[in-house]
Amino acid sequence: MKKILILSTALSGMAFTASADVTVMSWGGAYTASQVEAYHKPYTAATGKAVVSVDSDNPAPAVKAMVEAGNVTVDVADVEYADAVRLCDDGMLETIGVDTLPPGADGTPAAEDFLPGSVTDCAVSTIVFSTIFAYDTTKFPEGPTTIADFFDLEKFPGKRAMRNGAKANLEMALMADGVPAADVYATLATPEGVDRAFAELDKIKKDTIWWEAGAQPPQLLADGEVAMTTAYNGRIFAAAAAEGKPFQTVWDGQVYEFDLFVVPKGAPNAAEAIEFVKFATSTQALADQAKWISYGPARKSSAPLVGLYQDGKTEMAPYMPTNPANMTNALGSSYEFWVDHDSELNERFNAWLAAN
Amino acid sequence: MADAPATELKTSDGRPLRAALAAAQSRARRRAFLLVVPLLAFVILTFVVPIGYMLKRSFEHDGFSASAPSLAVWFAANPKGAAPDEAAYAALVSDLAKMQVDKTPGQAGTRINYTVPGTISLFKSAARKAKDLTPPFKEAMLELDAKWAEPAIWMAMREASSSYTTDFYRVAADQKRGPDGSWQRGADNERIYLFLFFKTFLLSGAVTLICLLLAFPIAHLLATLPVSKSSLLMILVLLPFWTSLLVRTSAWIAILQEQGIINDLMYSTGLIADDSRVRMIYNQTGTVIVMTHILLPFMVLPLFSVMRTIPPSYARAARSLGATSWTTFRRVYLPQTLPGIAAGSLLVFILAVGYYITPALVGGADGQLISNMIQFHMAKSNWSLAAALAAMLLLAVMVLYWLYDRLIGIDRLKLG
Repeated sequence: MKKILILSTALSGMAFTASADVTVMSWGGAYTASQVEAYHKPYTAATGKAVVSVDSDNPAPAVKAMVEAGNVTVDVADVEYADAVRLCDDGMLETIGVDTLPPGADGTPAAEDFLPGSVTDCAVSTIVFSTIFAYDTTKFPEGPTTIADFFDLEKFPGKRAMRNGAKANLEMALMADGVPAADVYATLATPEGVDRAFAELDKIKKDTIWWEAGAQPPQLLADGEVAMTTAYNGRIFAAAAAEGKPFQTVWDGQVYEFDLFVVPKGAPNAAEAIEFVKFATSTQALADQAKWISYGPARKSSAPLVGLYQDGKTEMAPYMPTNPANMTNALGSSYEFWVDHDSELNERFNAWLAAN
Repeated sequence: MADAPATELKTSDGRPLRAALAAAQSRARRRAFLLVVPLLAFVILTFVVPIGYMLKRSFEHDGFSASAPSLAVWFAANPKGAAPDEAAYAALVSDLAKMQVDKTPGQAGTRINYTVPGTISLFKSAARKAKDLTPPFKEAMLELDAKWAEPAIWMAMREASSSYTTDFYRVAADQKRGPDGSWQRGADNERIYLFLFFKTFLLSGAVTLICLLLAFPIAHLLATLPVSKSSLLMILVLLPFWTSLLVRTSAWIAILQEQGIINDLMYSTGLIADDSRVRMIYNQTGTVIVMTHILLPFMVLPLFSVMRTIPPSYARAARSLGATSWTTFRRVYLPQTLPGIAAGSLLVFILAVGYYITPALVGGADGQLISNMIQFHMAKSNWSLAAALAAMLLLAVMVLYWLYDRLIGIDRLKLG
């Protein structure tokens, strides 16, 4: 409803202000809603310029298609790290540069304020998100606690759901099979390691539903279609905190990574878009977003400002992927690995899925 | 020339009648052609050109060739299979340095990565250091990464140094480059496309058959009922036809899922236990059920339009001459409906072969079709492979269409 409101105000705004609006493409659902609250609305309040929100299952392919076709209709897109690097290498993104970003609220220069590696030539991180697994507490009162439990149908019977793709699934499978987080990518770079990951996935294949969009896993859990699912941590938090669903997140074996804002080459309002990115990745905006969804801000200076959830009583820190208690067995997604192996492993994954 | 008229007929102004007629007709034809020019231009601009452009990508890719001119020269001067010498490595280094300047190592690496996985970062890291390398270049490159000596990479670069390639068709036919660089059949756990083509045609055939079996009685009923009742029934056929595809597919999810209406009904009536709910969606069964429902009107409508024109007196005549009802159906009624069956089957089959939203939503792991792979590679930005798969699908459909024309005859088709 909020989104519709924003959209309609944006549309009616467009009628008066010709083309100064910024169109932002993001992942939809609770995540886009948090961006609307923390970035779009304050930006409109501060500058008087409307922000239009567009949803996609993954904005990166859409950006590539638009730039290749020479018909770019979005000004800002929210993409994953490997995609941000690839698109930047292919010359499809505007350069932003860490030096042009505003310093943190405490005066720290942006280059030091952002978490290491979270700003590239063309992209600025907003949040750290994580792929975790979650279960329905009504089905398992004595719930699973480790990533190995996710792949253990005997101990925890019931349907599973995982993202339809190789990324994060293979890493989780290896960690479940006992590979330490530090060795996961070295293992996955060998054919034996890949076989090992697929052998682990084989254990639950016949009982698994494969989801495409981030909004699906909480839905599958809520419908009782599955007993456990991998998901983006913020989606599970949003369903549990905002809607009171009996979902429990298991942080063991989480795979975390950055989400970044990029400006496609040829964006209709590129200059305005970069201003928007600067605004949205400022200390306060990033801290505000944590009020709406449990993703960690990419600026260090935002962390102390993160307080309570919008309900005014839930402390956010325990729900952040970067919370030390949640990091005991956690893996940072390697974009170098996925840039190289994305097509190969996804093809293997598709073949594996199609084979009965 | 025996049938030529002895004296040629002339018009009143003395021109031969034949020529005057031809002139008048060609004028009319030109005018008629002008009327269709807008449509023709529209079709060419929005259909033929983009599809042709897309299909061209299946055999053309200049991601590597455009940024590796020196290597292209070396490949042209040296026969296939020649081991890369110092000159080859010098060419490689100079091209890598150029790529770094042009910001293209990612694109070049991506092109090689399509057939030799794991090469994008190889290109990127080598390009970053290329300008600082000193001769002998072979040692220098191998010191950077021993992978640069691999025959597979050199074979792949040779192939990619021309912008025209069969690589994507090879990958689409489940082949891959072996360690020595030659094309081999992919390992069992990597082959997927030919199997999916086969499965796509099999499932489409099954959907067509089920549609025919379901639509035939409906169409017959529609054609024989009085108009007042048949138009009401017709609305029931058309209503889903007018409803959004996504809405109908989502509705089926609600109906078929394990906590869905059908399973709940079976559970509450005691037909099944709670832990043995039937899985009817997110698998092949789901794909077939939902596609059948969505494509059913495409079978009902041509059948109906043909059946409506069959006079009931034929069947009555057959019966009065002593045919049993089965013989009447088989020898008199069914043959007359053939044009409708042919049209409906062709329509449903061709639509089913290209379906992708429905399998993507309800197909789960084993209900995916080849079109889902085409969409996957479009999204994963390997457009050339997507184009190669699409070209193969197009070709297969055209072959089937040709077969159909030879066996049944396209002129017997009747859509309404």
